[in-house]
Amino acid sequence: MSDLTSIIREQSATEQIAAIKSGALDARELFEAYRSRAAADTFNAFTWVADEAPAALPAADTPLAGLPVAVKDLFSTEGVPTQAGSKLLEGYRPPYTSTAVAKLEAAGASMHGKTNQDEFAMGSSNENSAFGPCQNPWDPERIPGGSSGGSAAAVAAGHAPWALGTDTGGSIRQPAAMCGLVGLKPTYGAVSRYGMIAFASSLDQAGPITRTVADAALMLEHLHGADSRDMTSVGLREPIAVPSRESLEGLVIGVPAELTGEGVEEGVAAAFQVALAEAEALGASLETIHLPHAEAALSAYYVLAPAEASSNLSRFDGVRYGNRVEDADGTLLGMYTRTRHDGFGPEVKRRIMLGTYALSAGYYDAYYGTAQRVRTKIAGDFTEAFKKVDVIATPTSPTVAWKLGEKSSDPLAMYLSDICTIPMSLAGIPGISIPCGTSQGMPVGLQLAAPAFGENLLLGVAHALERTLGFDTGGAIR
Amino acid sequence: MIDAKQVLHVARLSRLELEPGEVEQMATELSSILGHIEQISKLDLDGVEPTMHVVPIDGGLRDDEPEPSLPIEVALSQAPKANAEGFIVPSPQA
Amino acid sequence: MSAADYEVTIGLEIHVQLATRTKMFCGCETSFGDDPNTHTCPRCLGLPGSLPLPNAKAVHFGLMMGLALGSKIAPRSIFHRKNYFYPDLPKGYQISQFDEPLCDGGELGGVRLNRVHLEEDAAKLNHAGGTGRIQGSDASVVDFNRGGTPLAEIVTEPDITSAEQASEWLRLLRVTIRQLGVSDVNMEEGSLRCDANISIRPKGQAELGTKTELKNMNSFRFIERGIKAEVARQVAIVDGGGQVTGETLHFDPRTEAITSMRSKEEAHDYRYFPEPDLVPVVITPDMIEAAKAELPELPLQREDRFIALGVEPGAARTLSWRPELGDLFEAELATDGSQPKALAALITNELLKRIGDGEVTDSKAAPGSLAQLVALTAAGTVSSSGARTVLDTLFASGGDPAAIVEAEGLTAMGGGDELTPIIQAALDANPDVAEKLRTGDMKPIGVIVGFVMKETKGRADGKEVTKVTRQLLGL
Repeated sequence: MSDLTSIIREQSATEQIAAIKSGALDARELFEAYRSRAAADTFNAFTWVADEAPAALPAADTPLAGLPVAVKDLFSTEGVPTQAGSKLLEGYRPPYTSTAVAKLEAAGASMHGKTNQDEFAMGSSNENSAFGPCQNPWDPERIPGGSSGGSAAAVAAGHAPWALGTDTGGSIRQPAAMCGLVGLKPTYGAVSRYGMIAFASSLDQAGPITRTVADAALMLEHLHGADSRDMTSVGLREPIAVPSRESLEGLVIGVPAELTGEGVEEGVAAAFQVALAEAEALGASLETIHLPHAEAALSAYYVLAPAEASSNLSRFDGVRYGNRVEDADGTLLGMYTRTRHDGFGPEVKRRIMLGTYALSAGYYDAYYGTAQRVRTKIAGDFTEAFKKVDVIATPTSPTVAWKLGEKSSDPLAMYLSDICTIPMSLAGIPGISIPCGTSQGMPVGLQLAAPAFGENLLLGVAHALERTLGFDTGGAIR
Repeated sequence: MIDAKQVLHVARLSRLELEPGEVEQMATELSSILGHIEQISKLDLDGVEPTMHVVPIDGGLRDDEPEPSLPIEVALSQAPKANAEGFIVPSPQA
Repeated sequence: MSAADYEVTIGLEIHVQLATRTKMFCGCETSFGDDPNTHTCPRCLGLPGSLPLPNAKAVHFGLMMGLALGSKIAPRSIFHRKNYFYPDLPKGYQISQFDEPLCDGGELGGVRLNRVHLEEDAAKLNHAGGTGRIQGSDASVVDFNRGGTPLAEIVTEPDITSAEQASEWLRLLRVTIRQLGVSDVNMEEGSLRCDANISIRPKGQAELGTKTELKNMNSFRFIERGIKAEVARQVAIVDGGGQVTGETLHFDPRTEAITSMRSKEEAHDYRYFPEPDLVPVVITPDMIEAAKAELPELPLQREDRFIALGVEPGAARTLSWRPELGDLFEAELATDGSQPKALAALITNELLKRIGDGEVTDSKAAPGSLAQLVALTAAGTVSSSGARTVLDTLFASGGDPAAIVEAEGLTAMGGGDELTPIIQAALDANPDVAEKLRTGDMKPIGVIVGFVMKETKGRADGKEVTKVTRQLLGL
């Protein structure tokens, strides 16, 4: 094992940045090491890899010191393919860069690759990508989770020190859990959505997928902020501190009965119980709580997200960008329907259909209007819960990563696997997944959630647990 | 609960072409998903306000100050079909 | 039945392009007539990942319109997405307003308003011509310069009962908006566009008939003719025992033909839902105060003020509905306020005749000279016919009215002595006329007056001529 490979395996992004700053590590060599690993990636984690390091890497005295970052292909990057896992967008090179990527670059990060994902972020397995499924580096026969599957696989494989993902109903937290990583979905509005291809605008949030909680905190510190280009962005209310918490003395952790019982895989439940016991050992007290609308939240999500998506994806019409397919008669209608028939995959079509139906005349109140009221209720559930507890803990996913193809014939089963992450998404609150053990030899994730803007609290608690759980996030790096 | 006729109507609104075999499959899949979603209609939501954004956002308006536009060649660069002046589409009247 | 047996009900939907510097949801400059696709950006091209940002000035202009039209201003206004596919609509939806518009209700000139709301304009589709054949069918070229221009949509209640009233009311709306300074309201350039919802019902019937929507009539003349044609079409249908179908129609001003647009658009289901990329716009008291502070005097208010000064109602309307004439009137009145009625008449009759289709600025009359001319006329220094001659000179080359009267020998003649010989000559030259007049038949007096005017180059006063003639004839 070369020095660089062992550094890649052993060191977090934070540690690598410190090493570059101290002169112990050469940023250009490190970039090239990650770049060549990404270029040789066999998990299909990347949809684009840089040909070479940029002529001038950001200087060592920038906060992120030129460290590479892998970026989910949902983010617009000027002049660099941005295809969102869709055949319709194959070859699209935007004329502008998303705020999230621009902020990371301004802080000294250097993008070395774009990562595979479920098409337009719709999926929980990364199997819905026009560029082929991505594999889990812990077991290539299994899915890496989704929709930010490529980002998680890239970091788990050591093909990126960290990655940028997006989370609408769990798309950062679930793949992070399935790949043994840390994944943070910030409070809605903390990170600008400008330039991030929209799936469900009222739910989409960008966030980090990293090896450590400290890395997640570091990336978030350079991602968040109110953006004049996104009216729905508010930023966070305080700077993100370097997480240093060791004790959980005095902390009350709520364990929702609705998300920790039935349907949770035995090995996942066991790992979750171990994590709770560790938390208690650190001084936390546990309290069973109720989120009465958690199950309804799942249904509401599968109305709201497809409804917004059906409208957000109307712009993919073959006129201004992307691939066009014309019909034999050369009609406008034919161009629209052929372009969208050939360009979208089955899951995207299903959600467009579902969302269009839910918004169509006569159904709006029954579906969209009702779902928005359920959102009010689930947000209220959390407000009530946080009167009694400081953070909430659940398994991130009821199961570990499943085998490729195992659930792809049953969309509903796939949807139900998001039950633990969706309530937080609907409530707009931050959630983090940290690895807490294994089941069937695959990583299990512990999800922690805090009230809106409670990122520092969340990161602190996660940091304390991460120390005591001691999971090797580099375990799949070869 | 959603039949082939409704599927075709929704597909038309969505500008999606479905092949004959896809219509039935879509009807089956959507019905199964909608069957699950239906449970929210059983909740008592009287007097509950709908929520669009849960986090309070006091979004400011943009000042009426011009910003640079894209050069035309950049604007047209990603178009599947364009001439020097604009994006070419089949005529809606055709 | 005939057309007279039906009541006509018309509601108008007017789209007004707001005169902001930038578009509704992006920083591209608004433009007209520039090279195509030179005012675009990721937002107005609907590029993936772009987000809308509402223009504060457009909201401000919308508030000014709402306040001027007596609308209720919503404390919180929501943008909705209106979903449909068309090449001029880059996102596949138009950001518009639905159930929480910026301005609710209102009234102008006796017509109630339903609402005023903000939205974004569509792009422009141009025919590609001979070069753009796509597999045998025609092609269009999309120009996104106009796409995203802020629009205010004004919707009236169905309070209008004739084509003439529709056109007249639209003129009032146009001048009101122009006075507000929030739009160019130019129909030819498309900054004012009008659709009409039209229905007929037998007189006395309570419920309204089925309405049709007549789209995009782009001049006042076409609006009047289009509505008349549609009313005639509906009357013919109902008289023939048929039923009017609710549909969208297109009026061709060249042929006056009305055709259904239904074949090209299918049944609409716009799937409105609140735009999740935006949050509600909160209208603060400060914003309302700022809009109020910029409200000018509106045409109807000005009309009332002019009438109160003694100006004839017709002239008052002309002066207030053509603000440039009203401004001239007020400027002249400021130099000499003694004759508002006569000054208004001079401007709205004589000056307007000389302006014709041109502009007020075509007149070379120096500031104050029109008021002076009115004063000279009132003092009897120049006759009304002489005054018209003076105005010709003022309009063409300017100058001092008194000096022109002097120089052109237009000083009004006194009565009696000076006129008597000329009138006598006129009677002598027209014995038939003199005979008739002697019998008390005053109809041919014009011949005498005309003779005298010719002889005196218009300096005589017509009334005085009649008076002296009667004296001479012993009547």
